[in-house]
Amino acid sequence: MDKNKYKALVDKHCPKENRLYNGLIAFIVGGLVGVLGQFLVDIYSYLFSIPTKEASTIMIITLVFLGCFLTCLGFFDKMVSFARCGLIIPITGFAHSMMSATLEYKKEGIVTGMGANMFKLAGTVIMCGVVSAYFFGLLRYLIMGG
Amino acid sequence: MIYFNAFLFAGVVCLIGQIILDNTKLTPGHITSLFVVLGSLLDAFDIYDKFVLWCGGGALVPITSFGHLLIHGTMDTVSNFGVMGLFTGMFDLTSAGIVSAIVFSFVFGLIFKARD
Repeated sequence: MDKNKYKALVDKHCPKENRLYNGLIAFIVGGLVGVLGQFLVDIYSYLFSIPTKEASTIMIITLVFLGCFLTCLGFFDKMVSFARCGLIIPITGFAHSMMSATLEYKKEGIVTGMGANMFKLAGTVIMCGVVSAYFFGLLRYLIMGG
Repeated sequence: MIYFNAFLFAGVVCLIGQIILDNTKLTPGHITSLFVVLGSLLDAFDIYDKFVLWCGGGALVPITSFGHLLIHGTMDTVSNFGVMGLFTGMFDLTSAGIVSAIVFSFVFGLIFKARD
């Protein structure tokens, strides 16, 4: 069988993903996480009577906590495979990637397992963020003077 | 109204990510990195601040706000200490997210086991 025919056959039998459905789910779940974030900011600034900026810091910590805790209980993997980018793009995805890498390598010990592999997936976010922020900051400093 | 804006902004960011994930061969790691770079680019020209003003928590939840906070901390220290601020102030505002993620991962990693 030549290559093109084989490829056509494989394509025919691959499970088709419904892109519209995936996008809709990601939109709704991501939007709900955004609403939850805003809700937490409002609640915290009302309860502790602190400015919005500090409340948003506590909100981020809460979401990271939720992401880590639900990953430990095993719910979050199923939720991520259902909502995909709806939960990967928010800060919960960052927490999830760190937590799952930590749990996966736990058996290799604290230093060579957890410590060395914690940033296996999340390290790219920090590297790209720091490098881009450095150069964009430098650019802005040179053009606008800070 | 701010809740509707938050829903719309966070939803649209996630939708763009999902469209990229479905139609290209990029992994979620590529997409989150791309969004961080995009966030810092938007904030270098003061655009992301308007999103934060307009949709509050909805703009702070997606990973784009990580790049936004990196640039923000940097520019705050640059305006006080000059070009050395690029090195000293980068993590001023993002440290909450990073430190909490590391501490929770470590503590929960000690307590829980991997489930498979």
